[in-house]
Amino acid sequence: MSFIKKLFGGDIRQLGMIGALVFLIAFFQWSTDGLTLTPDNVNNIIRGNAHILVLAIGMVMVIIAGHIDLSVGSVSAAVGIVVAMAMKEWGLHWILAILLGLAFGALIGAWQGWWTAHIGIPAFIVTLAGMLFFRGLNQFIGKSNTIPVPPEFQVIGAGSLPEVGPSTGYNNLTVLLGLLGCALIVVGTLRNRAKLTRINAEVEESGVMWARLILICAVIMGVMLLIASGAKGFPVSGLILVALVIVYGFLTSKTILGRHIYAVGGNRHAAELSGVKSKRVNFFVMANMSMLAALAGMMFVARSNASGPFDGVGWELDAIAAVFIGGAAVTGGVGTVVGSIVGGLVMAVLNNGLQLEGIGADRTQMIKGLVLLIAVWFDLYSKKQGKPSIIGRLFPGKKDSGDGGVAAATHLETQNPARAAVQDTGTTISTES
Amino acid sequence: MATSEQQAAGGAGVPAGQVILEMRNITKEFPGVKALSDVSMVVKRGEIHAICGENGAGKSTLMKVLSGVWPTGSYTGEMFFDGKPVQFSNIRDSEHAGIVIIHQELALIPELSIAENIFLGNEQAQRGVIDWVATRQRAVELLARVGLSEDPSTKIKDIGVGKQQLVEIAKALSKNVKLLILDEPTAALNENDSQHLLAIMDGLRSKGVTCIMISHKLNEIEQISDSITIIRDGKSIETLRVKEDGVDENRIIRGMVGRDLESRFPEHTPQIGEVFFEIKNWNVQHPTRTDRLVCKNSSFFVRRGEIVGFAGLMGAGRTELMRSIFGRSYGTWLSGEMIMDGKPLHLKSVSDAIDANIAYVTEDRKTLGLNLLDDIKTTTVSAELKQITHNMVVSNLEEYAAAEKFRVELRTKTPNVDEGVAKLSGGNQQKVVLAKWLFTEPELLILDEPTRGIDVGAKFEIYGIIQRLAAAGKGVIVVSSELPELLGLSDRIYTIFEGAITGVLDKAEADQESLMRLMTKTSSSSVAAEQAS
Repeated sequence: MSFIKKLFGGDIRQLGMIGALVFLIAFFQWSTDGLTLTPDNVNNIIRGNAHILVLAIGMVMVIIAGHIDLSVGSVSAAVGIVVAMAMKEWGLHWILAILLGLAFGALIGAWQGWWTAHIGIPAFIVTLAGMLFFRGLNQFIGKSNTIPVPPEFQVIGAGSLPEVGPSTGYNNLTVLLGLLGCALIVVGTLRNRAKLTRINAEVEESGVMWARLILICAVIMGVMLLIASGAKGFPVSGLILVALVIVYGFLTSKTILGRHIYAVGGNRHAAELSGVKSKRVNFFVMANMSMLAALAGMMFVARSNASGPFDGVGWELDAIAAVFIGGAAVTGGVGTVVGSIVGGLVMAVLNNGLQLEGIGADRTQMIKGLVLLIAVWFDLYSKKQGKPSIIGRLFPGKKDSGDGGVAAATHLETQNPARAAVQDTGTTISTES
Repeated sequence: MATSEQQAAGGAGVPAGQVILEMRNITKEFPGVKALSDVSMVVKRGEIHAICGENGAGKSTLMKVLSGVWPTGSYTGEMFFDGKPVQFSNIRDSEHAGIVIIHQELALIPELSIAENIFLGNEQAQRGVIDWVATRQRAVELLARVGLSEDPSTKIKDIGVGKQQLVEIAKALSKNVKLLILDEPTAALNENDSQHLLAIMDGLRSKGVTCIMISHKLNEIEQISDSITIIRDGKSIETLRVKEDGVDENRIIRGMVGRDLESRFPEHTPQIGEVFFEIKNWNVQHPTRTDRLVCKNSSFFVRRGEIVGFAGLMGAGRTELMRSIFGRSYGTWLSGEMIMDGKPLHLKSVSDAIDANIAYVTEDRKTLGLNLLDDIKTTTVSAELKQITHNMVVSNLEEYAAAEKFRVELRTKTPNVDEGVAKLSGGNQQKVVLAKWLFTEPELLILDEPTRGIDVGAKFEIYGIIQRLAAAGKGVIVVSSELPELLGLSDRIYTIFEGAITGVLDKAEADQESLMRLMTKTSSSSVAAEQAS
């Protein structure tokens, strides 16, 4: 067990989610008599969920900063119809149409970000308004009709890596992509380790490192070879997703902006007193979310060949569920891009497996609801094992929050006469500066 | 039981029927701190009994024991109320007995009406349905008793703090209060409101309600109270009878500070250089209440290598002044100059202030100073990420190296710098916060209550760090509620009262009595305050 823990960085939370994903896949593989891990099915899972996972990437940043975005489904739909109309009515080139869609998404995001960050209306309200407004906008522009999109545009949702090179029985580009990914991970890990050794920092045992590298590469190559052996290559939408995971994973963990997002979500006052411009951070996460929603909307339209009046209904909830299953905290400050992707995949595999089993949408929803609840309960439980609990901060009165530090902090607060001054300051910060 | 009642009656030489409350040998410990040790006091029926002591002396803790906030069993000692031994498990118990506490931060709900607030938790209802007619009638009666002529349906948010205080008293009266405890009742009030409140207390006294009052305003205590119990370092020192003993402000101050200065400070020879930081005629408005100035025409300077102390009671405006200097992070700046190294500075944001090499260590570590979700290394670099960012990438290695360097330098006790800050003790958390600001390489370091909630050993180390910074030619400002700390550490001490700087004393001429006189509202200091503003 301790070896397994080290393998996953000792984070029981992450381990739990990855374990759940592996278990689900194994279970459905068994119960569907091998229908789960077929090339076509894996390909379908990626294709059918890439847009939700793209949303989850934006959503986790919104949630880390301590907000929520309910408008993403409607924003996706509004952008989808605008792009579809632009290509149909004006004959806009598909590449320009994508750029138009992204620009429109960014504009919507700027609008919502401005209300949230600069006017100070809670994101819940701003995006609830956006949810209504942009749903209506979609139906107004499209006159509640379904507008088809040209085949070239469909690539970003329905396309696959083409067959090139010698006939190997596999899709060559897909295999190469897998090999490239493995190589990058191995080189990156070794370089980082070398740097750490150079400054005499603590490094993990090399056995653990290699075991982890082999495991990760085996999983990547397993998936890629499986897909490559099927009728179609790796989906383009999956490629977009992988690129976004890399970019946003880097952004959140390695840049100043990323640090500031966590800081604002963790303790806004402390962040502001450390020189973080929280309004800019809040504006960015909201604007960025809508831009990713625009991309997700276009990917979906491309896959379903047309933009319709009910595209994107309920997507926001799928994305939010993915983020929370992936370990983010309702109060902000906690969460990772990769975790959210794992959370989204848990939901995706669950959906797919139940579908293969022939279980209806009614029971599928019931099961998904319970899974969300249990995942967050597990989060709570694992935090009680001595880690600083986020959810515990929501209920500071409870003695059994299992978190002495935070409980004590809350306790001190109530005793501290300076609190009034603190609160005053809080309002200043949000109203002026 | 019978014997202890007899003892209660005979306690402190006061005739039996006259005693309403006796607290005997109360000891209350928090992890690592003895907040109260062996405190005893006797309150006579129908008097106004003041409790005096420095910040942190244990006054509020004692009142929390009395009102059941700290339940029976969480402390040792005995209490007798109305001649009977009492044990309270919660506030409801003590209110049932007739003891009501009004906290400094008022517990009123702004969006509810005066009448609703008065009867909150004690609704005038029949079978769960509120009787609004009775509510209103009784509210009018109670408001008349406290001399407040507001419509009971007015919302709390629409009346001033002074009137809110009166609503709290009306609320207490609605519970048939026998003993009313007021914690700093006039701290947030202006002169007129304070006098009105004191008059109401006088009226209550004549109707037989006993009051316990905690206050820093010694002139008011002298004016209204019958007895004064002085608490120092968690011990009850003495009880003075104002009329019989002819007590004046100086006598109270002597009781409050009369302790020896132990050698709790590292050896240090100051090397003071030129003036390099100056604030002139600084005026700052309260963030929401535009009629209130939190800094009144303040001017001060700091020399290189100098440790400058700021003394003032809670709410005097020390933190507000420092935060308004630190990139206008508090209140609305109205006017005033800031000069550093001969050049005027216009800091509009915290990041401007950091870029100008000013650092501010906040007063309240857990709510303002730290993100408790972070670990030591991310906290250490969080105020100056630019320094370790190259081509947009925050370098984890440099982060680690910086955190490690400060861990060694400040002797932070932790297994490694990956540890979460929430797990550290108060002293080590404070070292991490210091590391975060030292990492920004400040020329002027402002420390607000740098040793609050920290044990003695860690205090000594933090004093050492402060002195080393001064020796390196930096300017250090220390804001503290602990006078011995300021006296031991500072080369010069400014005093603040109600937003105005009321004086400055050199180390040689400063002592606790002279400071206390300048930072409380005694007759002499209020004159000085007016002259300064």
